Amino acid sequence: MSTVFILADFVNGQASKTTTELATAAARIGEVTAVILAPVGQGATLAATLTSGPISSIIVVENADFQSHGVSASADAVSQLIAQKSPTALLVASHAFGKELAGYVAVKTDSGIITDAVDVGSDATATQVIFGGSTTVHSKVSNGTIIITVRPNCITADTSAHAASVESISLTISDSAKKATVSSSQPPLQGGRPELTEANIVVSGGRGTNGDFAAVEAFADSLGAAVGASRAATDAGWYPHSHQVGQTGKTVSPQLYVACGISGAIQHRAGMQTSKAIVVINKDPEAPIFELADFGVIGDLFAVLPVATEGVNARKS
Amino acid sequence: MKIAVCIKQVPDSWAEKKMVNGALDRENVDAVLNDLDEYAVEEALRIVEAHGGNEDGAAHSVTVISMGPARATDAVRKALSMGANGAILITDPALASADALLTSKVLAQVINSEGFDLVICGTESTDARMSVVPAMIAARLGWAQLTFAGSVDVEPAQSKVSITRVSEAGVDSMSANFPAVISVIEKINEPRYPSFKGIMAAKKKSIESRDLAAIGISAQSAWSQVIDSQLRPPRAAGVKVSDDGSGGEKLVNFLVERKLI
Ligand SMILES: Cc1cc2nc3c(=O)[nH]c(=O)nc-3n(C[C@H](O)[C@H](O)[C@H](O)COP(=O)(O)OP(=O)(O)OC[C@H]3O[C@@H](n4cnc5c(N)ncnc54)[C@H](O)[C@@H]3O)c2cc1C
Repeated sequence: MSTVFILADFVNGQASKTTTELATAAARIGEVTAVILAPVGQGATLAATLTSGPISSIIVVENADFQSHGVSASADAVSQLIAQKSPTALLVASHAFGKELAGYVAVKTDSGIITDAVDVGSDATATQVIFGGSTTVHSKVSNGTIIITVRPNCITADTSAHAASVESISLTISDSAKKATVSSSQPPLQGGRPELTEANIVVSGGRGTNGDFAAVEAFADSLGAAVGASRAATDAGWYPHSHQVGQTGKTVSPQLYVACGISGAIQHRAGMQTSKAIVVINKDPEAPIFELADFGVIGDLFAVLPVATEGVNARKS
Repeated sequence: MKIAVCIKQVPDSWAEKKMVNGALDRENVDAVLNDLDEYAVEEALRIVEAHGGNEDGAAHSVTVISMGPARATDAVRKALSMGANGAILITDPALASADALLTSKVLAQVINSEGFDLVICGTESTDARMSVVPAMIAARLGWAQLTFAGSVDVEPAQSKVSITRVSEAGVDSMSANFPAVISVIEKINEPRYPSFKGIMAAKKKSIESRDLAAIGISAQSAWSQVIDSQLRPPRAAGVKVSDDGSGGEKLVNFLVERKLI
């Protein structure tokens, strides 16, 4: 049986739900090898968090260059592993780092690449949803290793436990991949809420919050949701950029997306229209976001959200 | 300092896009300069302006490089009217369905032949949305990759460039010596509108057109193929209620009905 690489993805030192989703998709194509790129001395700790998903083997590469030289150093390592092990395919999470790494590896291994897949078939056909959610496309890589970046939260993860073997490999990163130097890194503040792209529910606030996210956060917390924001809200400095949903922010595909005081500009829609259910609260009945709403409330978010929060909390107790 | 800015002409973000024969129908939509590339043009201009400018005879220049059909001249012209010095447009019928791998190969080849210090790109094109070309150019050239920059600082005398990378992984401070490939996020600046003077000046600036033979690359089939595409059914119309005090409770009932809570 052929081997399929996945690049294990970690959030706060824990293997992410996305990693299990990648493994689930990869197992349809072949036997799954999870690649862990770790800082020196942390490989075993990270590997120990990777407990679920149909994974047959784990490769751990420890190297200080991953932290000090950015995307290209990691991409160089993955390219070298592909040259060593000749996997059929490589599946990577579709975020900024994952897509850049995939692109770099595609060049180094002369392989085709498909980004932002929402599904992957057993013959490695990738499904993408494009043009603002209007069109579904199936495509296939015909050259080299099949490289696909997969959008988080789109594939139902097989979370069964595995008994994967672990192999440590040491690599020397190429000089050309070490030309940029990272002098300091500041991880995003998570604030105890779920990671935006992995969350089952996302509650987002826009310009309509007028800078006061308390009602949005309270509703999010009643639902155990992540908090998102429109660009108007992040540009105004009301919420960190790492929470921006949209074309130049994150793409989310939760079970439920709640848009509060967001008009529904095309760039915002680009990041949320593959959500399964969409709820809108907006005081303008003509706001374009209502076109996407499964349930819409025409009203003031500061009046509607507290009632809804109380309603959700009441049902829990 | 010689700076190249890679730009792309794309369908207007608001245009309705369609697939024809496995590719985006570009003929029948309004085409504009990819708005994320405007930030790259602006940043290049700000960098040179901070170090003496790019007027004729100055030590610095900004060159726009684009791959696209002849009508991409309009997008190139816009970048020139913002203040870039000149442009190279790679046009060839064999590039009509080029994917990111071929695009990056063509751009890297041109960049390499011109001896630039810095290449600046937007983070993605609003049509294909792959966000891979800057990394691919860095990989092909073996240059430093300084991508997703929320700020850029250049010290021309030291041939050194520093950025803050802003991504889902947080904020990283990164630096490198020239040459480097940079991509900039849309928070980095506010792109200028071309002035009347800029628009008039752009008409006189040269756009050098090159085909594949001129840059020494032979056409190549794509590394991936579209098998099929279908229009998705429109989202079923939802329920819309006006809040009369009961909107919040109705919202919760909807969540219960859908088993979302
Ligand atoms: C290159 C580029 C990239 C971009 N990338 C992104 C991106 O990644 N993400 C993104 O979101 N945008 C992005 N944008 C910006 C986008 O075009 C919009 O400007 C932005 O999404 C608007 O944010 P908003 O909906 O919060 O604000 P607005 O459009 O101002 O809408 C605010 C809404 O709130 C409603 N409202 C006001 N008060 C209340 C209240 N009390 N209760 C209920 N409703 C209320 C109003 O009726 C209105 O509909 C991008 C733009 C460009 C040019």
